Amino acid sequence: MSKGVHSLWMAQDGVDKIEAPHIEYDLLAPTLIVVGAAVLGVAVEAFVPRRHRYVVQVGLAVLAMAAAFGAVVTLAATGHGTDEAQTAAMGALAVDGPALFLQGTILLVGVLGVFTFAERRLDPAAHGNRVDSFAAEAAAVPGGEAEQSAVKAGFTTTEVFPLLLFATGGMLIFPAANDLLTLFIALEVLSLPLYLLCAVARRKRLMSQEAAVKYFLLGAFSSAFLLFGIALLYGYAGSVKYAVIADVVAGNPQNMTPALADTMGNDALLLIGGAMLLLGMFFKVGAVPFHMWTPDVYQGAPTPVTGFMAAATKVAAFGALLRLLYVVLPGMKWDWRPVMWGIAIVTMVVGAILAITQTDVKRLLAYSSIAHAGFILAGVTAANEEGISSVLFYLAAYGFVTVGAFAVVTLVRDAGGEATHLSKWAGLGRRSPLVAAVFAVFLLAFAGIPLTSGFAGKFAVFKAAAEGGATPLVVVGVIASAIAAFFYVRVIVLMFFSEPRPEGPAVTVPSAFTVSAIAVGVAATLVLGVAPQYFLDLAGDAGVFVR
Amino acid sequence: MGAIATAAVPAARRELAKWLALGVSLATFVLAAVIAVRFDPDGDRFQLTESRAWIADFGVRYELGVDGIAVVLVALTALLVPFVILAGWRDADPAGGSAASTQSRWRPTQGFFALILAVEAMVIISFLATDVFLFYIFFEAMLIPMYFLIGGFGDKAHEHGEEEAARQRSYAAVKFLLYNLAGGLIMLAAVIGLYAATSDQLGAGTFSLQEILQARGNGELELSTNTERLLFLGFFFAFAVKAPLWPLHTWLPNAMGESTPPVAVLITAVVDKVGTFAMLRFCLGLFPEASDWATPLVLVLALVSILYGALLAIGQRDIKRLIAYASISHFGFIILGIFAMTSQGHSGATLYMVNHGISTALLMLVAGFLISRRGSRLIADYGGVQKVAPVLAGTFLVGGLATLSLPGLAPFVSEFLVLVGTFSRYPVIGIIATVGIVLAAIYVLVLYQRTMTGPVTEKVAKLPDLRVREVLVVAPLIALLVGLGVYPKPLTEIVNPAVEHTMSDVQKTDPEPDVTPVEAAHE
Repeated sequence: MSKGVHSLWMAQDGVDKIEAPHIEYDLLAPTLIVVGAAVLGVAVEAFVPRRHRYVVQVGLAVLAMAAAFGAVVTLAATGHGTDEAQTAAMGALAVDGPALFLQGTILLVGVLGVFTFAERRLDPAAHGNRVDSFAAEAAAVPGGEAEQSAVKAGFTTTEVFPLLLFATGGMLIFPAANDLLTLFIALEVLSLPLYLLCAVARRKRLMSQEAAVKYFLLGAFSSAFLLFGIALLYGYAGSVKYAVIADVVAGNPQNMTPALADTMGNDALLLIGGAMLLLGMFFKVGAVPFHMWTPDVYQGAPTPVTGFMAAATKVAAFGALLRLLYVVLPGMKWDWRPVMWGIAIVTMVVGAILAITQTDVKRLLAYSSIAHAGFILAGVTAANEEGISSVLFYLAAYGFVTVGAFAVVTLVRDAGGEATHLSKWAGLGRRSPLVAAVFAVFLLAFAGIPLTSGFAGKFAVFKAAAEGGATPLVVVGVIASAIAAFFYVRVIVLMFFSEPRPEGPAVTVPSAFTVSAIAVGVAATLVLGVAPQYFLDLAGDAGVFVR
Repeated sequence: MGAIATAAVPAARRELAKWLALGVSLATFVLAAVIAVRFDPDGDRFQLTESRAWIADFGVRYELGVDGIAVVLVALTALLVPFVILAGWRDADPAGGSAASTQSRWRPTQGFFALILAVEAMVIISFLATDVFLFYIFFEAMLIPMYFLIGGFGDKAHEHGEEEAARQRSYAAVKFLLYNLAGGLIMLAAVIGLYAATSDQLGAGTFSLQEILQARGNGELELSTNTERLLFLGFFFAFAVKAPLWPLHTWLPNAMGESTPPVAVLITAVVDKVGTFAMLRFCLGLFPEASDWATPLVLVLALVSILYGALLAIGQRDIKRLIAYASISHFGFIILGIFAMTSQGHSGATLYMVNHGISTALLMLVAGFLISRRGSRLIADYGGVQKVAPVLAGTFLVGGLATLSLPGLAPFVSEFLVLVGTFSRYPVIGIIATVGIVLAAIYVLVLYQRTMTGPVTEKVAKLPDLRVREVLVVAPLIALLVGLGVYPKPLTEIVNPAVEHTMSDVQKTDPEPDVTPVEAAHE
């Protein structure tokens, strides 16, 4: 074997010596339940009669999420988030505070996602069948004969539920991944179903498909970067395990081999590899300049998917980013901090400024999500324990607000489906005060007005950043918040102070599904805003990564 | 106190909201009166304190307490709000019988009064908060109901019809919100900075005013000169927007011009006082050295406010905007009093806040009655009102005279104190500020002359005089103006000890008096 090349088999003499992996099923329960339910969901598609599928799928999805959430809570309650934090599945996954906190958040957001997916009251019934936001037959050519007959037959795409479960499964693994390969697999597991989900809108199908293709192409591109980064880091450290890489980066590897000694000095491998790894992450969180896909995809995807994707993907991706920076690359802190500073500043400012000119409510929320990614990055940059817990809290707060806000967007409709153009929202406050008031609460939370969760979150990350010595970041953040407040307020003005347009959209009365999703969103927004202490404690306790 | 204030809000959502709102506001007033009576001017600095942990992670506590200055302002707020409600009795009634208003589920009336009470609650909590963070939260949160009050229930009278009025109104509301939000966010940065400083030096971060004052007093907390100045500027900026100080004042004329008169009263007489109050409590209290450093700049800005506001008031064609500019001039006086750093200046500024609240309320409400009768805000549309509606004209005159600080009415005492306080330290500035009074006389008297005297114009001829409800609003305010003008002692007695505390915070003593001491001013 030539010098300077790592081999996966280096420690063993032959293939027959590989031990069977030891799997801690109890620790992996949340992920296993969700992925298992997803597989079951595929089976349901194959074997359950079409008319029963909807009920079975919704039930299965909700049950799986609830059971997984129960498992997360049990793990947390038995101290796995704090004292008993450990790695599982031969070090492939970490079960620790941040992982459990984020998994819990993702699952709750996921349940709300299932609720909005399952909504069937909004669109007018087609041929006597209640329909949801998804195409009757996604594979049919838009407007073609096959589609018409599918609509007539009352087909619905119940496959969205297993897809949602697969995506959720990937998201559960993503922030918990403790080696680079698991990270990559989790990324693919969460991304591929999302690409598909983006493409299956019932209305404006071409736009939806366009969004999916864009998302897929750019996503594949970023995955490639990530993979290349993983390869380079492997070349550098001789391992894909986080803990081993961290040791090598810090300069004191556990077992020195000649190959390692040779590659360790090669900083180019480390720097380029690390940069590519981060690049892949920035794409997922939608940080500038890797944000280009966000508005198009948010706008084109079916709104329930957008809501779920915007909330849960961000939570998962920031979790993974945190773990990478704090566990794998703390030895490179002085290298990545300036980069993160720059990215955070650009993201906050660009997101806030571009949002001002938007005229479509979904695009507006997309740019706002970019600005929020910047705020969260400010917390990530803090590089202290405060930074971790403040980011965790912010993610939870942001997730609920986002799901709720997009759920409200699904309600405002005219003859062409959802009326997302802002001019159509004029005077909504007069016609449907309740819906407008709820949306106003979400907007105020996005804007970070006190007594909403957005304020508590923003305060937490800015405080962490200030304590981490990033005062200029805080100042930029505050200015960006002021800019952002402008466009949130503009929407409120439009809803409450403008005269309603005669042919404007009406608010459809939804079923209990969407109502409960919105209600949970509002409740979380207010509770996290008025009495955040308990959740801050929770996030604070969860602020330590296991290695 | 806080519980009552917050309970007021949901209650007002029900039917019969008007009476309920009035009742709640009166109850609040009674409570405020009880607090004022129980307050012992010579006792501890902060009394009737209440403290509970709120967000321990941030070191935020729910801490309330009153000092002499706060108690007076709470009383003022609680006093004015019932009048505001009474005066706005019909303002939010849906336009009579139009199809749109019956069909919609938009219930403006309840909303209007609920929002007023929400503002009251938040203002009172801001006055009471002795935790910087708690103060900040309510300082910011009060923008939201205020914003809806301006934007949602604005003045319908506009020369270019209702559409234009609505456009102007939402413009004013947005301008109000953005100015104040920007100020607030900059303050947020300073609040975080203060916290970082305390957690650095005291071990655990805190927002408690008392703890910080104590730590600064015994030298545990040392802010470097630059830090202190930056933090001071962060706080001061927010308060200067709110107050409003030139050149950050431009939102006020819009907001006051477009909103209904009771809401305009709420803005100047109540909400803006939080800004000047906070300068006194937080800027001077927390950052004495930086305040000292900034004094020349602030004094000049205050002076510009006084003169600029007064000059622009003279040039206004619109009654409500005129009053708004007059208020800017008056806020200049208040800020002048605060930053003169003399005890007369401080007592004067505090009294000024109260008196300005009352006199502006009177003038604005009467102007509102007038405008609602004629349907126009332009001064040129009036003339000879005193022949048609003598009571209205008379009360308007009293309000106007109070605004120009006629001796015998309450504002005179405070204006005099402010000027004396300023003069004893900065004679030149004191002299220039006096010009402001002369200008005030011009704009008030010109306003009166143009609207009330002269030949009766055609449309004015049919104007009815004040109704009973309206007299009920106006009479107590006049009584107060006269009462406090002749005998301001109860107020000064409460305020003075508190002022001493502030003076000791900034480590200033009055310059050796070759001027009249405080007592002589009103005895």
